[in-house]
Amino acid sequence: MNHGPLLFLAAFFALASSWCGFVLAPQLQVGQMQQTNTLSGGATYPVARPGEAQQGLQVYRANGCASCHSQQVRQSGTVCDVVLTEAGTNQAALIPALVTLKCGTIPTQAEQRAAATAKDKPPARLQEFSEPGARDLLAHLPQPVRQGLTREEANADVKALTAAGAKASIWIVPVGPDISRGWGRRRTVAEDFLFDYPVMPGVQRVGPDLANVGLRLPDASWHLRHLYAPRLYEKGSTMPPYRFLFEKRKIGKEPSPEALALPAEFAPEAGLEIVPKQAAKALAAYLTSLRADAPLFVAPLVAASPTTAAATNAPGASEPVSTHAVPTTAPTK
Amino acid sequence: MFFCSACWLVLASAFALISSIKFHSPSFLADSACLTYGRVHTAYLNCLLYGFCLQAGLGVALWLLARLGQTPLAQPWLVIVGTLLWNAGIKLGVLGILRGDGTGFEYLDIPGYAAWITILGYLLIGLSGVLTFHQRCELRLFVSQWFIFTALFWFPWIYATAELLLVKFPVRGAAQVAVWAYYNTNLSTVWLPLVGLAAIFYFIPKLTQRDLHSGYLALFAFWMLILFGGWTGITHGAPLPAWMPAISTVATMLLAVPLLAVALNVHLTLYGKSWHRSADIPVRGAAVTEPADRNVRAPMPPPDELRPSLRANAPLQFITVGAVALVLAWLMKMICAGVDVAYPLNLTWLTPAREQLNSYGFFSLVMFGAIYAILPRLTQTEFPSPRLVRAHFWLALLGVLLTVVPLAGAGIVEALRMHDPDVPFVAIVKSTLPFLRASTTGDLFLAFGHVIFLINVAGLAVRFYRPRVAGAYADATADLSLSEAQP
Repeated sequence: MNHGPLLFLAAFFALASSWCGFVLAPQLQVGQMQQTNTLSGGATYPVARPGEAQQGLQVYRANGCASCHSQQVRQSGTVCDVVLTEAGTNQAALIPALVTLKCGTIPTQAEQRAAATAKDKPPARLQEFSEPGARDLLAHLPQPVRQGLTREEANADVKALTAAGAKASIWIVPVGPDISRGWGRRRTVAEDFLFDYPVMPGVQRVGPDLANVGLRLPDASWHLRHLYAPRLYEKGSTMPPYRFLFEKRKIGKEPSPEALALPAEFAPEAGLEIVPKQAAKALAAYLTSLRADAPLFVAPLVAASPTTAAATNAPGASEPVSTHAVPTTAPTK
Repeated sequence: MFFCSACWLVLASAFALISSIKFHSPSFLADSACLTYGRVHTAYLNCLLYGFCLQAGLGVALWLLARLGQTPLAQPWLVIVGTLLWNAGIKLGVLGILRGDGTGFEYLDIPGYAAWITILGYLLIGLSGVLTFHQRCELRLFVSQWFIFTALFWFPWIYATAELLLVKFPVRGAAQVAVWAYYNTNLSTVWLPLVGLAAIFYFIPKLTQRDLHSGYLALFAFWMLILFGGWTGITHGAPLPAWMPAISTVATMLLAVPLLAVALNVHLTLYGKSWHRSADIPVRGAAVTEPADRNVRAPMPPPDELRPSLRANAPLQFITVGAVALVLAWLMKMICAGVDVAYPLNLTWLTPAREQLNSYGFFSLVMFGAIYAILPRLTQTEFPSPRLVRAHFWLALLGVLLTVVPLAGAGIVEALRMHDPDVPFVAIVKSTLPFLRASTTGDLFLAFGHVIFLINVAGLAVRFYRPRVAGAYADATADLSLSEAQP
């Protein structure tokens, strides 16, 4: 019995099916993707990276940076924050409503989680929230009233506030370990890579995720110094130094404006200076261009602006990301 | 047929190259551009995969096709030219990666200019394979032939797809991620197991002098593998529409079916009394699914008449351990995919641990076994030192254990600590370092193993060619003395 042709056809079918599924279909769906608008301002997203950053992407590729750094932020879900936008005219009704909400009996998801993780402690009590506090809150609108709610809880809150004559809205806040770590404000989606070639979301996190490194560390000269001597900022860093992207040369008539300002430990001998080559500058430009934080329809996000969030006393997932989370906080235990 | 051996030699030297690179990759921080971690690591991955795995796989595949078809290899010159092209392509590609021309898609890093040479080489070798299959004298197909025949044209399809859509005419944006995942998974989850299983299903019965427990079970595994395998690549959390990771996760779970079929088949072939006493299949099947149990038992056969044969038979040892590693690697893949939905495991050291288990623990060990079984038959010569072969086995086994287990440990620690946002990232990196150092020891064992492998194969080649060269030399000198004598 000759099964050859049958075998060929069957295997062909099996191969073709997965090909249609994972090559053709993504090409039709993701490959045809166009720029979209952000949710908040309606700005076009994404815009192509500037030319130097595009060169930097090639430096990133050529040196295999993606072997150690991922560019995908993951989120485990979203929670809702209720934000009071306008107080309305009926403060007499609003203030008791606020006090009931904040001292209410429903613990928010965040509080439930906190209670679940700290088993030996008594369940976290809701914060004391009194009338002066409410007045204070009303003076700085818009303000988050409660954070870390489910959609239903948030709807109920909004209903209660609206009944008191105020206007409130619901903010959607992505949560997850990556986001609490300060690696991004929402998950990474296909749109973020629209104009990149090659797309390198990475396979492993030997080093920190870089999807939003431009947001955390917007200073290109920081990146240059870090590329030259990673241990400058982090004693235990396992990142190899990229000295070959820099040129060590004699100082001319006057020091180059581009020369790295290095502490004595890493500085070259007297009379020499470290100047980044074009590749290093491009790479730094690329790294600072990495910021995927636009709120999109597929990944909604209304992050609290830093001022308002800092003013709240409730701990929440939407707390603004410390811009120096990775390099400066180095509690080496 | 003889040309396979030439191919092995080239491959072995490629292999020695890898091992030397391995020394560099973990920690040596070179100030030179081409030895930076990102490039050396990539070059290492590609050397191992294309230089050894695919090449050895092709060689074994051709031998099996010829052997099972009871026919000499068709158009051997195609294989020679193909092998030369393949190796030239890989060498050029690896140099390109070191120069900084890598494509940036892991496991597909060989730059475009080298890829064309490589694929041409593959096509020539594959053509010879298909012709051999076509001219076979034994019309009835053994399961291994199904596996190999499918694998032969599986690779050009996926490779051409990936090269065209990622390198030559790149698709837009994140669609690249999908194409890359498709290629990667088809290579590591379908191609390698297809060829590896072909070797397992041929050599285990052959070397134990038993029948394969069930050809139908093997075919069942075959169908399930090619149906589901290609769908398993996209991990949860990838920047793609949610339906893709969802389908992938389901497909990965369905891999349990071929996994059980393979494990059962291998187990029953090795230890089953005979096919008609199969009443105790469920009991044995249950034992097979427990990785720890299997891990302990497979290299140590139960105390019956098998013990001497498995102990004495290095190829069989290699292949059996390889089969166990395949089962473990698939289990690991399933666990990762399943748990990852709720608890992030991807993007940690678990990923390289799994890759290592799959491409080294499973595929390379099976290939070593197959080569140790094939070469003496092919050349009618014994290996110079059986002790060295066994030394290679133990080094390879230790090396695999010492790389996979620490890497997986590092992965688990990393995943656990990453989940807690209060642990600073640097602390996580630090906590994985001891594991990584342990895995460097494993790399060292593997490198020694490669050197021994090279010595073994070279020794065999010397034994094989010496009489021939001597004969040719005698002929030549005889002519010479004759011509000297004439005037």
